[in-house]
Amino acid sequence: MFSTYARALRATNKFSSSLARYESTLVIAEHNNETLLPITCNTLTAATKVGGDVTLLVAGTKCEAVAQNACKAKGVSKVLLADSDAFKGFTAESLTPLILKLCGEHKFTHVLAGASAFGKALLPRVAAKLDVSPVSDIIGIKAPDTFVRAIYAGNAIQTIKSKDNVKVVSVRGTSFELLPLEGGSAKCENVPTGDYTANQVEYIKQELSKSDRPELTSAKVVISGGRGMKSGENFKLLYTLADKLNAAVGASRAAVDAGFVPNDLQVGQTGKIVAPNLYIAVGISGAIQHLAGMKDSKTIVAINKDPEAPIFQVADYGLVADLFKAVPELTEKL
Amino acid sequence: MARVLVGVKRVIDYAVKIRVKPDKTGVVTDGIKHSMNPFDEIAIEEAVRMKEKKIAQEVIAVSCGPSQSQDTIRTALAMGADRGIHVEISGPEYQTLQPIHISKILAKLAQQEKADLVILGKQAIDDDNNQTAQMTAGVLDWPSGTFCSKIENKSGELTITREIDGGLETIKMKAPAVLSADLRLNEPRYATLPNIMKAKKKPIKKMTPKDLGVDVTPRIEVLSVEDPPVRQAGAIIPDVDTLITKLKEGGHV
Repeated sequence: MFSTYARALRATNKFSSSLARYESTLVIAEHNNETLLPITCNTLTAATKVGGDVTLLVAGTKCEAVAQNACKAKGVSKVLLADSDAFKGFTAESLTPLILKLCGEHKFTHVLAGASAFGKALLPRVAAKLDVSPVSDIIGIKAPDTFVRAIYAGNAIQTIKSKDNVKVVSVRGTSFELLPLEGGSAKCENVPTGDYTANQVEYIKQELSKSDRPELTSAKVVISGGRGMKSGENFKLLYTLADKLNAAVGASRAAVDAGFVPNDLQVGQTGKIVAPNLYIAVGISGAIQHLAGMKDSKTIVAINKDPEAPIFQVADYGLVADLFKAVPELTEKL
Repeated sequence: MARVLVGVKRVIDYAVKIRVKPDKTGVVTDGIKHSMNPFDEIAIEEAVRMKEKKIAQEVIAVSCGPSQSQDTIRTALAMGADRGIHVEISGPEYQTLQPIHISKILAKLAQQEKADLVILGKQAIDDDNNQTAQMTAGVLDWPSGTFCSKIENKSGELTITREIDGGLETIKMKAPAVLSADLRLNEPRYATLPNIMKAKKKPIKKMTPKDLGVDVTPRIEVLSVEDPPVRQAGAIIPDVDTLITKLKEGGHV
């Protein structure tokens, strides 16, 4: 009898140790209450690389359609829907208690979100509450606890091992493929929303730049202008070329600071990270901080009249020419 | 009137081309030019402007790191901060210091100094983490205004414009709060020579994480630091026609 007991005990031990190794990831969906943003699909791919179960949390206001659509994502085992007015503006203050509650109930080993303005604002707060050290903007996953990320504006690549029991990780969208929103059949579960209204902060409004062009971070072709554009007016040259190539338009910090274009177009260490198939840098010298945002592009073209400009050191094709002649000529001949 | 705590970090100067150590443990920092993290300059500038508008009563600059961090605090004092706190951490402990540790230190100091606002840069240009402000707010249970490009403060009610991916967002909150400065919040001033001289007389309090009861045991182990893959050298092409040919060959057009 005693031996049976011991055997059962051993079996339980074995079971619990295998449970401890079992990964279970919560991905926080970024969406606009109508549709999932592409970076969520990149993040889901990263989540499948961690291994184990992937659960997607869709929290928002009247966002059931987003959750239903997300159920089709391949490799997602469950979609949690938290629909409440409390999540208006997707503030970190309202979402954090919800995520903490879910972490408590489901014992997730990983919490992931895209390294966008949304993910960057939210995840470190969650990590602080869990008393774990978060990992930002990963570009690779070597093991469930081992991640690769860029430091010093992309001039060094760091491999780090997290020792915390929950890994809170933001994911660089351009480093992971988009997970297709088809072929899956996850169950959608409503999460009791409780009282998550954050009294500390009040969402007022958003002013989004409207554009018919593709979104900068997910565009296949990006054309960026720098100080060499000389004025905001002249950016029209790039818009015309962009329309021909179905490209998004970006900018260097110099162009944003000079007021040529709004700051949400900034590509670089402190702006957006892009990795399109084709990146055309026009009138951009190629400072370290700008290169950090675009040097993983597949093909880089630089148009600059200064043959010494550092951009030529990373460009696959460099054209030393006056952009005011070269860009219209390129537009015309394409 | 508010008391403002500003975190400042000493980092390798933004214009320096960094070198990875041959043993892959990190980057070369010895004998390399360091300066204040550019986002922290913006944070200090904002706090000093609040003081000039008589919204803030006192600006305290805090830096965590080795003894050289005092230079960074002096720079903040020369820009107009009133006093400094240096939380000394050096050697191996400094090598493994993470935003989680800094945020706990800042939270403790914010409470001890009865600060109403904590302003930090949105990210340090060395580790590029973008975590400390959010985590400090989490530890304190204060609201956070991240990536601020405009801060309006009317008797403790803050109206904040944030830089988000698609444009700008406005939120409101009440102090106490933690804010993080984005590039376009302001244009930091240069410290003038007379102010640099005056800053030498301003007090800097020295402390250790232990004094504040903060455990700095590393939560993350750095396995390696390596050079990024090098791009193959490209070619200078003579004219637009050649460019179009190349783009066609590459299947881009």
